Amino acid sequence: MIQHVENPALEIHDLTVSYDKKPVLWGIDLSIPKGALCGIIGPNGAGKSTLIKAIMDLVEMNSGYVKLFDQSLEEVRKKISYVPQRESVDWDFPASVLDVVLMGRYASLGLFKSPRKADKEAALKALEMVGMDKYAKRQISQLSGGQQQRVFLARALTQNADIYFLDEPFAGVDAATEKAIFKILQDLSKEGKTIVVVHHDLQSVENYFDWIILLNLRLVASGPTKEVFTPSLLEETYGGKLTLLTEVGELVQKGEFEAREKQ
Amino acid sequence: METLIEFFSFEYPNIKYVVFGTILLSISSAVVGCFTFIKKKSLVGDVISHAVLPGICISFLASGSKDPFLLIIGAFISGWISILVMDAIIQNTKIKEDAATGLSLSVFFGIGILLMTYIQHSGNAAQSGLDTFLFGKAAALVGKDLLAFSIIAIAVLLTVYLFYKEFKVISFDPQYAKVIGLPIKRLEMILTSITVLAVVTGIQAVGVVLMAAMLITPASAARFWTNRLSMMILLASLFGAFSGICGAFISYSAPSMPTGPWMVMILSIIALLSFFFAPRKGIVIRQWRRFTIKKQLLEENLLKAFYRIGENNGDHFMKIAINDLRLIRNFAPSQLAKGLRKLRINGYVEKNNESWKLTNEGFEKGKRVTRLHRLWELYLTKYLRIAPDHVHEDADTIEHVITPELEAKLEALLDYPTADPHQSSIPK
Amino acid sequence: MDAFLIILTGSLVAVSCAILGSFLILRKMSMVGDAISHSVLPGIVIAFFIAGSMQSIWMLIGAGILGVLTTFLIEFFHQKGRLQTDASIGVTFTWLFALGVILVTYYAGNAHIDQDCILHGEIAYVPIDLIYNSDGDVIGPKAVIILSFVLAVIVAFVILFYKELFITTFDPSFAQAIGISTSKWHYLLMGLVSLTTVASFESVGAILVVALLIAPAASAYLITTKLKLMLVLSSLFGILSSFLGYWLSYLLDGSIAGAIVTISGAIFAICYATVRLKK
Repeated sequence: MIQHVENPALEIHDLTVSYDKKPVLWGIDLSIPKGALCGIIGPNGAGKSTLIKAIMDLVEMNSGYVKLFDQSLEEVRKKISYVPQRESVDWDFPASVLDVVLMGRYASLGLFKSPRKADKEAALKALEMVGMDKYAKRQISQLSGGQQQRVFLARALTQNADIYFLDEPFAGVDAATEKAIFKILQDLSKEGKTIVVVHHDLQSVENYFDWIILLNLRLVASGPTKEVFTPSLLEETYGGKLTLLTEVGELVQKGEFEAREKQ
Repeated sequence: METLIEFFSFEYPNIKYVVFGTILLSISSAVVGCFTFIKKKSLVGDVISHAVLPGICISFLASGSKDPFLLIIGAFISGWISILVMDAIIQNTKIKEDAATGLSLSVFFGIGILLMTYIQHSGNAAQSGLDTFLFGKAAALVGKDLLAFSIIAIAVLLTVYLFYKEFKVISFDPQYAKVIGLPIKRLEMILTSITVLAVVTGIQAVGVVLMAAMLITPASAARFWTNRLSMMILLASLFGAFSGICGAFISYSAPSMPTGPWMVMILSIIALLSFFFAPRKGIVIRQWRRFTIKKQLLEENLLKAFYRIGENNGDHFMKIAINDLRLIRNFAPSQLAKGLRKLRINGYVEKNNESWKLTNEGFEKGKRVTRLHRLWELYLTKYLRIAPDHVHEDADTIEHVITPELEAKLEALLDYPTADPHQSSIPK
Repeated sequence: MDAFLIILTGSLVAVSCAILGSFLILRKMSMVGDAISHSVLPGIVIAFFIAGSMQSIWMLIGAGILGVLTTFLIEFFHQKGRLQTDASIGVTFTWLFALGVILVTYYAGNAHIDQDCILHGEIAYVPIDLIYNSDGDVIGPKAVIILSFVLAVIVAFVILFYKELFITTFDPSFAQAIGISTSKWHYLLMGLVSLTTVASFESVGAILVVALLIAPAASAYLITTKLKLMLVLSSLFGILSSFLGYWLSYLLDGSIAGAIVTISGAIFAICYATVRLKK
């Protein structure tokens, strides 16, 4: 069940990604409509984060291409926002909440320029949206997990992007934060922005997303939640890995093959 | 050459001692280094070697003598303290391991330098020679020093021998060690103690700065040759011993040459050679394997092209022109010529005038590759839900990877199919 | 006057190191800094061999190249050779340092680089080693002039590119995602560390540079949670170490550089105790 759409916000064509020579994503082909609130679902180690990283050009692709609004990443970088996993940074870093949120504006600033008053206002506004405006001066080392996630979201919001990629934004956050974050994502989606979220809590999937990508090393399904979120497809996603695929992957790694032949 | 013979005839008892001593020192550091290596704490050796300096100075200041045992006790204590300080910083503050390591080693060393210069300027005549600890001097290993250091080196080796199993477990998997009830704390303490001892004795040969290499480099080199710890320790010891002999020889034949740096240089060369040329793991070897795989791919792709042309025309042993092959797949002309020549040499194709034709063996091989290609395509469409028009590229790689066992599994999984997703037949 | 010059030199080194060191420890790359400070040695010796004198510009270039090469080799062995990082650092710097020492011994007669100098420098000679202009008038002590230049470069670099350094240090993948090259800033920073090491080489010795890179920055990191304040505080700690260190070495008649490091260690101990007691 892989549904393709016309004029998509995100189009992935025949994407293969390897990690240390071992293929972790095989031939992914999908497209997501504009304005979708999309969840990437799959078991641990299914390659969910890798998919987002490949879209953001943070890991190398063996084959295929990614298009955003029918353009390459370089051309539309400023319209794209990325929220990495919370654990990917060191929260002991000597910085304030405002410092971190302001980073969202760096892309549009360019070299030699420091953030201006307008940037600070944008950052404060974003903090207000995530309910953290009172914490602007707070040091990030003093934040709770949920607050850290809100700060990361605020940073992404300052970018005024058209498409947002969030890597596990609901992992290890309190219920109030999860609700608040979801509300913001929903509002963004209503404004016509496209949201792609790596998610692992199956219980909330149906309420949260209107589009779903089921992933486990390969694409199991991509389509509207109602059609894709079915017991049989879920079982296919979670029902163990394809052993044959894993074995072949290991052979590729051992033999130092390029996962894709360069033509 | 003469010097070499003279050296190995051990005419002078002194040489014997020096050779014996440096070999022992090198081996004991190499062995201990294997454990710090697998614990991913190689740089601990660097910390300890810098940190023994203040201990040596204080011990000298307190006793007024250069008795090796007293100096070793001082060195041992300050080496240990540096490890404790490092651990305390990591545990109690937000400072991470790298900074704690650098901080501990450089500050201890700074204090050591201050004390050493203080001693030197104080005009105490007995101090001369204390700075061999800084730069090391293998040739100075005689008499009482040699005895002291040899005893310690042997003790270190003996400890490793006795606790080999336990050290192995706590280094590889401390969690598991805890589960099976090993006294981790005590074992760690013993391991750290022998690391400090190995460093304290090794410094005598190569000096403070380069001591780290005596621990890290043999282990790193050995790691490229084997996956087994016992083998790794053996190899590291051999590398260490070899550098020890070379060091002793250099200090004998060219006394003005710095022995320690040469020993490290030799170890480093061994390590670099291992990094590049070790079978399986070496960088060049891996690169070479990739190159041969490329050739294999080219040949198999050619045979596949031959097979497909034959299939289209209903005659697998027909004569085929080079241009026909290029219609099937966009081979680069130079590659094409190279590949065909290789195939002919190996007896997979024959050449008549300007046309080519498969041999029986070539036909079988071409058939197998085509078969794997189509099986994999079918697998991708069935199990990975990839559209039939997208599976070709992936199959182009995997067809070369699949082993006969996997082939059998694949076939069974797909229920012995006869046609691929494009309705081409899957040859038997 | 001499005392002033020595303290000034020490402070210039300390401040340069403190600024760079702050970024190093936040990037968890202190030991790469340590490795660079050792492995610039062959660069210096080769530069000396090519230029035939201790001309500073050649030494800076030689050391700069070696520093970046070190960073590259560590990455190379780690990525291509799959050697774990700690071992990669250890093998690389000891190898290059051994090469340096061998070269030094080889040219021992000609260069006034000797092993002692490598280890702890001779800051006491700073006031004697002067630079003259074409008329033969004294411009000033060589070390002070060079180090002032290096410090100016570092300060300008950090002020101009604070934003980029900040983001690539805190969140490299986000930086990459918004189109800021992390490896470019990585190599620029490491290039500056090499530059500082070699400029400080004659006065404090290559190895004690490490202490000044890490100790003041680590002390400041403990007691502040603001990056800008951390940069200022670590610089101040560096200057303080230089002052008190000079005094301590005078008291003990020992190495000035060693004493500066001892003090910087003491400052760290005080910061550590303060933080622990507060808890």
